[in-house]
Amino acid sequence: MKNLIKIAVLSLLPVLAMASGGGNEGLDPVDINLADKSSLQRGAKTFVNYCLSCHSAAYMRYERMGTDLGINKQLLRENLMLATEKPGDTMTVTMSEDGAKKWFGVVPPDLSLTARSKGPDWIYTYLRSFYWDKSSPTGWNNTLFPNVAMPHVLYRLQGYREAEFEGTAGGIQHFAGYVEKTPGQMSNEEYDAAMRDLTNFMVYLAEPAKLVRYKIGVWVMIFMGVLILLTYATKKEYWRDVH
Amino acid sequence: MARLMEWVDERFPATKVWEEHVSKYYTPKNFNFWYYFGSLLMLVMVLQIVTGIVLTMHYKPDADLAFASVEYIMRDVPAGWFIRYLHSVGASMLFLAIYLHMFRAMLYGSYKGPRELIWILGMILYIAMMAEAFFGYLLPWGNMSYWGAQVIISLFGAIPVVGEGLAEWIRGDFVVSDATLNRFFAFHVILLPLLLALLVYLHIVALHKTGSNNPDGVEIKKQKDDKGVPLDGIPFHPYYTVKDIFGAAVFMAIFLAIVFFAPELSGWFLEKDNFEPANILQTPPDIVPLWYLTPYYSILRAVTFEWLPGGAKLWGVMAMGLAIVLFFFLPWLDRSKVKSIRYRGWMYKFMLGLFAVTFVVLGYLGTKNPGHIDLIWFKNVVWAQIGMVIYFAFFLLMPIYTRLDRTKPEPDRLTG
Repeated sequence: MKNLIKIAVLSLLPVLAMASGGGNEGLDPVDINLADKSSLQRGAKTFVNYCLSCHSAAYMRYERMGTDLGINKQLLRENLMLATEKPGDTMTVTMSEDGAKKWFGVVPPDLSLTARSKGPDWIYTYLRSFYWDKSSPTGWNNTLFPNVAMPHVLYRLQGYREAEFEGTAGGIQHFAGYVEKTPGQMSNEEYDAAMRDLTNFMVYLAEPAKLVRYKIGVWVMIFMGVLILLTYATKKEYWRDVH
Repeated sequence: MARLMEWVDERFPATKVWEEHVSKYYTPKNFNFWYYFGSLLMLVMVLQIVTGIVLTMHYKPDADLAFASVEYIMRDVPAGWFIRYLHSVGASMLFLAIYLHMFRAMLYGSYKGPRELIWILGMILYIAMMAEAFFGYLLPWGNMSYWGAQVIISLFGAIPVVGEGLAEWIRGDFVVSDATLNRFFAFHVILLPLLLALLVYLHIVALHKTGSNNPDGVEIKKQKDDKGVPLDGIPFHPYYTVKDIFGAAVFMAIFLAIVFFAPELSGWFLEKDNFEPANILQTPPDIVPLWYLTPYYSILRAVTFEWLPGGAKLWGVMAMGLAIVLFFFLPWLDRSKVKSIRYRGWMYKFMLGLFAVTFVVLGYLGTKNPGHIDLIWFKNVVWAQIGMVIYFAFFLLMPIYTRLDRTKPEPDRLTG
């Protein structure tokens, strides 16, 4: 057991090193477009069906999501909510914290703000970095977040695949690529697109105001432009007798 | 209306105050770009107070509720996100304006006699503003809030004998906790705003006693017409009120562009790690304060000499304190006969330019890991040490180079 902990801690070191670098090295860029409502809706569906079973999004209300994404209340109730919840409720999770600790070793973090704390590229890459690993307790591992407690919840969509590593002189293993074992319901392109939708949704989830922020901002800039012109003209007029 | 004013003036010096400080307050006519920031600072301060009041209506100063209440403001309070971004971006814009305002004083020698007290009051204001920002930064109770406060308070622990007890007294606990959050809330919304309002009042009273300096650094009060009005002076109102309104419009356009299009400004105004709630078990990879405190943070971390008696941390804290305190002595460190950079020699121009670059570079290094290489050749900590030497040399050698410097004769009147 002690050795297991040692291995777990040691294998986390590269992650810490990378995190302290703070850069976007090794992350796949994702194209975020909050104007794409259907992408947001598809992302919401994936999020509610897969993520929300264990992770909460406790700062988000179902009703707000419905209004923002153009999903009416009936669709919202039938497809995106549990029978016991009300539209005004926040997106909490029914799993108890003690249960979560027993099953996963940790309480799955709340996902409301993950897109702001980790960044969309991180989420997009993370969701596409799972592989089948018999040595891990869940049977799954992740190349971006080695020995993560989370199993590959989306394996039905992506299918089974394994990772290949190359040993180098120092005994450090380098990731060499994935090997497909069993195909999932989706092709690679479809899976990437679905993960892009999910990431897109999580960017919305992290800051719903982003939907209106840019639109209002444009009008504010136009207003400020006019104000600058008018105040400049006023200044010029008043200062004629000084210059 | 006239009779009403008469009635008021018999009981309160309304017209007198208006004339003395606004409509017949004579100001040099040659103010340039650098002279916008005083009025802009007042504008941002009012904005911070107004947005702060609205935020206080929804915010909960409780370790269990604080983080969620900020998200409640961001999501459920109508236009709450706008108010919150105005406040968070406002803090950075305030410091931007402060630094430019201070740099203006150094360009044109505004701190020199007879304006030493304005400068000293301004420096106290600046320190109070840093305290206000530091207390406010804990309130969202994000992970960087938490660890930033932990680190800064622990600096007091470096003081010999009383240090640890003092740090504990400030926190009200052995670690940053609910008790700390509650008192920081009280300091942020009551103590410091009251102090700041008083200091701004004193700063302006002192300014209106001596009158403003100007880009030529000559006293306009020396050349008056037969009515006692300075020949190169113009009444503050309407000339500078309309000019400052234009300046405010430009400044607010930039401010609002950040609020609406990039409120995080790539982590410079809102840090990524602060979108995770405070977690005593998980330290952020790099604990750094926001950009306006990082020049001093850089100096703190640049002192790595463990052989110093009392340890490097104590000397780092003292170096950081000295870096701020030295500003107070500028009026006496500067021995130049002239005020404005326009009539100074190459030495002061060179040293001021070098100091400004150093201050910015130290600020940048303060946001980076000291062990990494983000510039060229050396690790960040080595550059910070070089920067620290330049920083202190600027102040400590000032009596020498300002006296040696070959100055040009000042004009009698403003040159425009």
